[in-house]
Amino acid sequence: MSEELLEIGDRIVALARGDEQVEVVVGRSSSTEVRVYEGEVEQLASATSAGIGVRVIADHKQGFAYAGSLDPDVLADTLAEARDNATFATPDEWLGLAEPDGVEVPSLDLFREELGAVATEAKIDLAVALEKAVRATDARISGIDAADYADGLSEGAVVTTTGVRTASRDSSCYVSVSCVAQDGDDTQTGFGFSVGRLPDELDIEAAAADAGRRATRLLGATQPRSGRVTVVFDPYVTAQFLGIIGSTLSGESVLKGRSLFADRLDSEVAAPFLTLVDDATNPLAYSASETDGEGLASRRNVLIDGGRLQRFVHNAYTARRAGTASTANAVRGFSSTPGVGCRALSLAPGTKLQPELLADVGDGVLISSVSGLHSGVNPVSGDFSTGAEGLRISGGALGEPLREFTVASTLQRMLTDVLAVGADVEWLPMRAAGVSLVVRDVTVSGG
Amino acid sequence: MIEEALVSRVLGAALRTGGDFAEVFVEDKRSSSGRLDDGRIEELGSGRDRGAGIRVVVGDTTGFAHTADLSEPGLLTAAEAAAAAARGGGGGVRTVELTRAATTSQPVGTRPEEVAKATKVELLQRADQVARGQGGAIKQVSASYGDSRRRILVANSDGLLAADDQTRTLFVVGVVAAGDTGMQTGRRSIGHTMGFELFDRYQVEDLAREAAEQALTKLQARPAPSGALPVVIGKGGGGVLFHEACGHGLEADHIQKNVSVFAGRVGQLVASPLVTIVDDGSMANEWGTFAIDDEGTPAQRNVLIQDGVLTDYMWDQLRARKEGRPLSGNGRRQSYKHLPMVRMTNTVLANGDTDPADIVADTPNGVYVSHLGGGQVNTATGDFVFGMTEAYLIEDGRITEPLREGNLIGNGPKVLEMIDAVGDDFEMGPPGTCGKDGQGVPVGDGVPTLRVSSLTVGGTAA
Repeated sequence: MSEELLEIGDRIVALARGDEQVEVVVGRSSSTEVRVYEGEVEQLASATSAGIGVRVIADHKQGFAYAGSLDPDVLADTLAEARDNATFATPDEWLGLAEPDGVEVPSLDLFREELGAVATEAKIDLAVALEKAVRATDARISGIDAADYADGLSEGAVVTTTGVRTASRDSSCYVSVSCVAQDGDDTQTGFGFSVGRLPDELDIEAAAADAGRRATRLLGATQPRSGRVTVVFDPYVTAQFLGIIGSTLSGESVLKGRSLFADRLDSEVAAPFLTLVDDATNPLAYSASETDGEGLASRRNVLIDGGRLQRFVHNAYTARRAGTASTANAVRGFSSTPGVGCRALSLAPGTKLQPELLADVGDGVLISSVSGLHSGVNPVSGDFSTGAEGLRISGGALGEPLREFTVASTLQRMLTDVLAVGADVEWLPMRAAGVSLVVRDVTVSGG
Repeated sequence: MIEEALVSRVLGAALRTGGDFAEVFVEDKRSSSGRLDDGRIEELGSGRDRGAGIRVVVGDTTGFAHTADLSEPGLLTAAEAAAAAARGGGGGVRTVELTRAATTSQPVGTRPEEVAKATKVELLQRADQVARGQGGAIKQVSASYGDSRRRILVANSDGLLAADDQTRTLFVVGVVAAGDTGMQTGRRSIGHTMGFELFDRYQVEDLAREAAEQALTKLQARPAPSGALPVVIGKGGGGVLFHEACGHGLEADHIQKNVSVFAGRVGQLVASPLVTIVDDGSMANEWGTFAIDDEGTPAQRNVLIQDGVLTDYMWDQLRARKEGRPLSGNGRRQSYKHLPMVRMTNTVLANGDTDPADIVADTPNGVYVSHLGGGQVNTATGDFVFGMTEAYLIEDGRITEPLREGNLIGNGPKVLEMIDAVGDDFEMGPPGTCGKDGQGVPVGDGVPTLRVSSLTVGGTAA
């Protein structure tokens, strides 16, 4: 069925004038979302959507337009609008579309046709079962805010005048739940989820257990006193942290003087055992995809190798301007031009599971969740400060719960202050994998 | 946008399986944008999104479907999908008589789509020039311009038919400065529900200068303190405090599911008597302003907290219906692809009567925050964070050294009680986008200068 999208791309690309480059991105998706509350369906939404983005480069100037529709009349208008927009841009000699680079598009088996045939009833049942399972985990679970099932089938195609003509498609589904636990006057919340490509891959019991444990283990939490401590990030927190580190390694940030690692290529930026890889060809990654946003084959890129900064990630434009080749890190939807971003980050695992790491740490704080990453972390200056919840680590084991505090350091220092990476790599519904991470000398602010 | 008789037929189809309530939401949105970065006009963009979302409510179940196909067959298919999802027990043919409501959209002086693209480009270039002119330490400048015209039409099985035409215009400047201590950033943005006359009211040069000054000031910044301190929040820049500390907790969906610390507290003292909080979607030209919300309800001024006493929550169609109470104009959605839910509009703290200078002078030691960044709240526990993007130390009642960025953390109900001074210098803050359940909507906020007697400051200094 992606052939149809490629053909739409072909038709517009064929309208390109001799002196211009044209790129067409076509996307189409269908989704189902179910929310259950107290055993009944609260919301059930089903939808299909499609759209197109057109980029025109002429006289070294770029213009863009998109439309949330595949109507033939809209398609022609979109090209005309992109063409008109291009005339107002500043000429830039580095502008240009991606070109086929000889890397073969991997076959990742990310699409499950069967998902389209799963009955809505079965999807509802999963959300109902999840809600019930969370209640069963602990008598102190007092409410389930939302128990959701959602899935999507999506396909995309990129066609350009420079010879790129690729398509990719994938399917995914997940269940997620957020719950409230109460004990006397004390209230805490927890969440859990499970992701897969087909509903039968979803682990309802594990998602429920996570949510129940996250909420109940924080009951009775108090605010810690301020001080400098060693922290252990839960895998979910580490994945969020890696997302921020990834943004500092964008070739665009480097070229435009917004990366704190701009001058650090080939130097030590992290603890010597730390290896960071971006690899959207890993089928375990939720964000795995055969191609990037400019239609180039996905590939594995080692960003930090044994603590040493190896490379930045690039799209076609930033690569050309930096005198290197695209790393297939163009990131976009059909409604925007390609940005640059990491696509599926993971740290090379260590050898110890979390209990062993806690034993090694002795005294510190386990950070189970963070909030305000978008407001308290500045990837340009490196300042890092987030709200946090967690548990005290004392005598090498988990102790009392803690809340309403912040953890602060700088991104630069945290990378070199990593003491250990866990063995518990876990792919999460984001562009990074989680793993337990031990970081020393972090400031905890509390009462 | 779409013929009335067709809307009526679509509602009929949506109700065919016995729905209690059906609604058609049609949206036609055009947007244009321009971005300058690294000294270049990188790109002008244009977008068009048009479609309809149809929902059917049966008991406590909502079925929803959306389509970009506004033809009769396209709309009927979506109506049937929504009806099937809601699976009502009844059936039969129902016709819906629609009555068009009179609405007045926010006035637009100069339609942005009628302004030459070259004029928009020139604004970006002027901002770049002025920001770079603030000194050699300015290393990078980005500026972006955006406008959108969103026309909506809402019709429902109660016979309502209402429309709005919403034009918003936005301008943002971001600056990076570098010095001995590394890099720092500055940012300023303006946005209003109005047309291109935005630039008669504001000069992009001023924004550029202020963004550059913010970055340059922060080059001298020292690490923020760590621990509990009195915090003074400057006029305009701190509205996000109330958005997070109590706004989300006063949304009726959280209340009905009992996942808000404010559930069951109407009529009670929940804040310092100095605190009066209002959510007002009808404030002229503000970023969170509209004539009707995305369920067709006229925008109105809702007092949430009066002199410290909780007076009411915010409501959408679904939650108000359940309690048989009037709508408040807070049913909003990101686009026709989304279900509406309870959202804030422009959330403000009303003026007090203290001279702002006295508030600082009466604070021996603490932190002065002139600009807050975004924030986040857990409505069930009330714990929230928000970032300080520009802050200073207060020493001996005077604002002194600038501080590096960090988050502040507090608990909504506790912080509301600890507001011990409110100034008389109310000002609206910059435009914001509020995210909830994956949907973003434009919101405004505003505050006078105020003080919280103790907040935890998340810096790294002892």
